[in-house]
Amino acid sequence: MPTVAPLDLDAHCLACAWLDDIPHFALADGMVHRLDHGHKWVKAHDGLLCAAADGARLVTGGEDGRVMAVTSDGHARCLAELGRKWIGSVATGPQGAVAFASGRLAHVRLADGNTRTFQHPRSVEGLAFAPKGMRLAVARYNGATLHFAAAEGRPTELEWAGAHTGVTFSPDGRFLVTTMQENALHGWKLADGKHMRMAGYPAKVKSFSWSAKGRWLATSGAPAAIVWPFHAKDGPMGKTPLELGTRGDTMVTQVCCHPTEEIAAIGYGDGMILAARFADGKEVLLRRAGKGAVTAMRWDGEGRRLAFGCETGECGVVDISA
Amino acid sequence: MSEQQSQIPVTVLTGYLGSGKTTLLNRILSEDHGKRYAVIVNEFGEIGIDNDLIVESDEEIYEMNNGCVCCTVRGDLVRVVEGLTRRPGRFDAIIVETTGLADPAPVAQTFFMDEDVRAKTRLDAVVALVDAKHLPLRLKDSNEAQDQIAFADVVVLNKTDLVTPQELAEVEATIRAINPSARIHRTERARVALSEVLDRGAFDLQRALDNDPHFLDHDHPDHVCGPDCDHDHEHDHHHHHHAPSAIHDIGVTSVSLRGGEMDPRKFFPWIEKITQMDGPNILRLKGIIAFRDDPDRYVVQGVHMIVEGDHQRPWKEGEKRESRLVFIGRELDAERLRRTFEACQA
Repeated sequence: MPTVAPLDLDAHCLACAWLDDIPHFALADGMVHRLDHGHKWVKAHDGLLCAAADGARLVTGGEDGRVMAVTSDGHARCLAELGRKWIGSVATGPQGAVAFASGRLAHVRLADGNTRTFQHPRSVEGLAFAPKGMRLAVARYNGATLHFAAAEGRPTELEWAGAHTGVTFSPDGRFLVTTMQENALHGWKLADGKHMRMAGYPAKVKSFSWSAKGRWLATSGAPAAIVWPFHAKDGPMGKTPLELGTRGDTMVTQVCCHPTEEIAAIGYGDGMILAARFADGKEVLLRRAGKGAVTAMRWDGEGRRLAFGCETGECGVVDISA
Repeated sequence: MSEQQSQIPVTVLTGYLGSGKTTLLNRILSEDHGKRYAVIVNEFGEIGIDNDLIVESDEEIYEMNNGCVCCTVRGDLVRVVEGLTRRPGRFDAIIVETTGLADPAPVAQTFFMDEDVRAKTRLDAVVALVDAKHLPLRLKDSNEAQDQIAFADVVVLNKTDLVTPQELAEVEATIRAINPSARIHRTERARVALSEVLDRGAFDLQRALDNDPHFLDHDHPDHVCGPDCDHDHEHDHHHHHHAPSAIHDIGVTSVSLRGGEMDPRKFFPWIEKITQMDGPNILRLKGIIAFRDDPDRYVVQGVHMIVEGDHQRPWKEGEKRESRLVFIGRELDAERLRRTFEACQA
């Protein structure tokens, strides 16, 4: 039976992360809490807007125009300070690279401290690093732009009408997928630029997660987790997605695929969390409904424990091995 | 209504540089009214008050990918509002300041079309500040100035001390001609009571028309202004008789329609068709509809192609059951609107 160790906090939880095997919870008020032989915390910002983790660091962007790196020893170090403008998006990449965006500028900070800036005609909405090769994807109005993060070279422009708000590479680097202002995803097969339209959602897609080896992409935005197959040559085109953990009375707000098994944790608008297996759709209850929507989830490296957080500040860790 | 109460009210403040917008904003931020505001601006620097919650955002107009050219939202507002509402309790209301060059439609539509923004906030009113002296010129040379008046629920006609009574009357008649349903306040140095611009509930179908018991009556020959008329009573009610505006070349006009009881089976397909066909040209629409055999007043409002309607309250005893509707927009075919509206009567 899964057991839940609750951690009741008092602000919207934006992200969960495991740093050196310690669960961290980044809250919108700017505090980053952790469970390390007791409840500890560090203030990263006055107002935290976005977060991304690379296993060793939780990188956060704030209303204070700063980019911070929080480590499991409780330190919060300032990586960049951009003035009064909000930091809208952050991403972590290979070899210690970090990207962050404010308005129409995207910045890359390499491990040696060197930074590069990329100007765009419209706002940078989302950022993601490719798994290899130091390429940075920027989600923007009418498409996505791929920059060489560390080297000179013309960026690649991928066009598709509409506002693209978030972006992710498939773990094998073959596909780029964006979330949109519309209730849809868009994808490109990077080898030939072929388009993939993934529409039909009743709500905006705000959470997405690649399964082990990138075979599937699980997404929120519907009363079920919508899981697209990416193991075929052309990705999900012409295929029907799986619908897992369908509920009649609420929506899926968060998804997080297990690191090794083809299983996803599914968080709902009422705070419930289920785990569902892709092969047969079998479900296990991980957490009962709470006071508000699940807004963050992350498995530990072994896939034994799931850290979660809600919009109401209810956080915790579910242990499925017990 | 509990959901309604938890939604944070948003006031959109439009106006050109020099219209007094910053003066009004500074008053809102500094006066002792017990409310805290988050302000979203396009550029820092204009506001003199050091308020913690001033957010600068780049105006980003995003067309929705649905083939409709008027379905636009302000993408930056979607993001900033999402960020602000993750930390509720810091402020009681939001003010969105737009520049004189901004198109007010995407701003307003953001609060209807984006499901997340809509869940957390509600558009309270669009307030346009205009400079009595320079408005005629602005109206001649820019669509935006016309649109801002067309969109406004409240027009603050500022700097009245810089014009003659004759000029003021003409400017006010022009505003009325563009937008017969807006509340107009004449001010100097933006000294309007803040209760007249904040917490108006202009987009709240339950409240909007209660605030204005004589909706569209001000331009009606039968209407005699009384104490419950919520518009300025100054001079001799220039705005009641619409002398044709002295300013020509204004593209935005309004069409006010009146009719008897309507047949809902005719009215709803009609309003849907009109807004689908003429949506890009319709900036705002507002109305009260009397349906046959319906004890309640039905109120409608719209922005471009977005139309919302709801039952408001029972018709009072002795209240004349008539339907009134105003369209504000460009290239409106008044004759066709009137004819087709009247054909919806029961």
